[in-house]
Amino acid sequence: MEKGQREKGQREKGQREKGQREKGQREKENRVLSGVHFMQGNYAAVEGALAAGCDFFAGYPITPANEVSERMSQRLPAVGGVFLQGEDELCSINAVAGASLAGAKAMTATASAGYDYLQEGLEYGVAVEAPMVVVDVQRCRGENFATQADIMQVHWGPAGDHEMIVLAPSSVQELFDFTVRAFNLAEEYRTPVIVLSETTIALMRERLVIPEADKIPVVNRKWTTKTPEEYLPFKADSEWGVPEFSGLGRGYHTIYSINPHDEKGSIEWDPDAFERLYTRIPAKVARNRKKISTVQRYGLDDAKVALVAYGSEVRPCIDAMDVLREGGKKVGVMKLDAPWPFPEEAIEELSKNMDLVATVEMNVGKYAGEIERACRGRCRTARVTKNRGLIHSPEEILESLSGFEEVR
Amino acid sequence: MTFQVNPLRKYVREDRMPHFFCPGCGCGQVLTSFLRGVDALSLDINKMTTVAGVGCTARIPVYMKTDTLHGVHGRTLPWATGIKLHSPETKVVVFAGDGDAVSIGGNHFIHAARRNLDVLMIVVNNFNFAMTGGQVAPMTPAGSVTMTTPYGSGEPPFDLCALAVAAGATYVARAATPYIPQMDNAIQKGLEHEGFGVVEVLSQCPTHFGRYALGSGSPAKTLDWIRGVCVSKAKADTLSPEELRGKLVTGEFVSVSRPVFKGSTFLKDENGGRNP
Repeated sequence: MEKGQREKGQREKGQREKGQREKGQREKENRVLSGVHFMQGNYAAVEGALAAGCDFFAGYPITPANEVSERMSQRLPAVGGVFLQGEDELCSINAVAGASLAGAKAMTATASAGYDYLQEGLEYGVAVEAPMVVVDVQRCRGENFATQADIMQVHWGPAGDHEMIVLAPSSVQELFDFTVRAFNLAEEYRTPVIVLSETTIALMRERLVIPEADKIPVVNRKWTTKTPEEYLPFKADSEWGVPEFSGLGRGYHTIYSINPHDEKGSIEWDPDAFERLYTRIPAKVARNRKKISTVQRYGLDDAKVALVAYGSEVRPCIDAMDVLREGGKKVGVMKLDAPWPFPEEAIEELSKNMDLVATVEMNVGKYAGEIERACRGRCRTARVTKNRGLIHSPEEILESLSGFEEVR
Repeated sequence: MTFQVNPLRKYVREDRMPHFFCPGCGCGQVLTSFLRGVDALSLDINKMTTVAGVGCTARIPVYMKTDTLHGVHGRTLPWATGIKLHSPETKVVVFAGDGDAVSIGGNHFIHAARRNLDVLMIVVNNFNFAMTGGQVAPMTPAGSVTMTTPYGSGEPPFDLCALAVAAGATYVARAATPYIPQMDNAIQKGLEHEGFGVVEVLSQCPTHFGRYALGSGSPAKTLDWIRGVCVSKAKADTLSPEELRGKLVTGEFVSVSRPVFKGSTFLKDENGGRNP
């Protein structure tokens, strides 16, 4: 054996032993890449997931979400998790459901066309109350145009009654922050959570600050301490409560069925059981919407005109607001961190204080209908939409608003 | 008069009885055969996870005291993949009908076989979509009348076991409900096997396949038909392809060892430097 090779062999052996000794420590350190980065959005979502404790990922190739899978395939096994490239999205989302019921913090990532397939698994996740996280990088049909066209689908796509939690980041930083939050909300409410990304931010690189691990709040689902004899898998402490979790293979012999089930988990044809289950499942999210669907207010204190936006469209809105305020116009921006559950109270309050509420969206005008409904005629409403695969420029928003007397 | 309680009852959710299978259905026989295997091998059913999709077969696990996933058609193997990759120590058994396994779930089936996912999949082949009322399925014999092939099926059927072998399954056997000791043996060997095991059980559906395809709703006549199409592997080896036309060979087709699936990529030092 050449000397160099021998040294290399010894070095590797040493590293292996050291590796085993320090494995626990290394996993902890590697999981959270604390520090300042210049990072792509898709990568930031991966880092957020790892910081939140993600230990299972399954994904199927699709642009513009590929970088999520690619980075996960490298990072996750190195911190003790499992990476699966599913044979299709149906495999990915259902593997996520299975892993979650086995106790994992599990995630998949896709883009719009792939989300179509995820709906089946999300429907199951809602029904059996499995924490799951999905990163959906919106794209146009077949091409990677920027769009927010899936804003309704991400809520209402899966069949059956549910209240989906959808977080809409506006930046690379928020792709990290909101992915952490998505895991925490999924664990707290035992439900699927969508991180609604966009081509704009997913493929953009910008500054990302990852805090120290102990500064990142991490929520874990409530594991039951009851014995299998006294445990009821779908019994919650209130009509909008979240049941305790038992997991698979621990002797609780629970049926996780998509079919209407009673508190014992038994498939049930009784209309009362159906009503009880499908009242509680949407209610556990809807009742907490003020906590979940946070909003950020920019310049709204003295404003008479509000631009309402979510996701990357918040950015040109703030630029347009700055221009208008320089010209003495009292314009503000409401950024919706979580378009779903719908922030009913925040929009109601906004409509009471504004003369004009304009929804800015990168689609034909979808979420605007919800905003208009919640304003209930208390103020004028407007739609600033753009549906040609490009984000609004601030100038385009200004141009759209120039026709309104409230802005002139 | 003395009563003797069936020793397998301890594995059953008695509060869910009576079961919902039609009179004469083979699903109950498969359930019992499976429990005999569990009992013979002293497996801890309480810590076992059974996985089922949608269909008559998919109702088998909900009568057993296992953790069970149920209710999405064709996604049994993705669920099982997620469970096994996250907790490899959990024993996972999949119950699927012919439609669930290789119609809607066909893609997952070949990929689970390719990966050698460490689960046993019991495919109850009753030759039609039974729960939905008797429609044509991937293993319906060509020419059969079903609710969606009123002029006879123009679709050639799959040979499920050949498909499993070709895709890389490491234990593959075909059994049939009229031959109970052979069925028990196949399921028990499947339970003992490490890697992707497929046990296809030919089973009677008198209610739909019997009535539409065979012209009789009699369970006995449906069982007779199954006996008529079955040929043991030993006998099949002596027959010509012409003589085997329309027959289904029962027995064991493959039983080999191969590294089980642990993920699409993993650090080699955690696996003794081995990649499957």
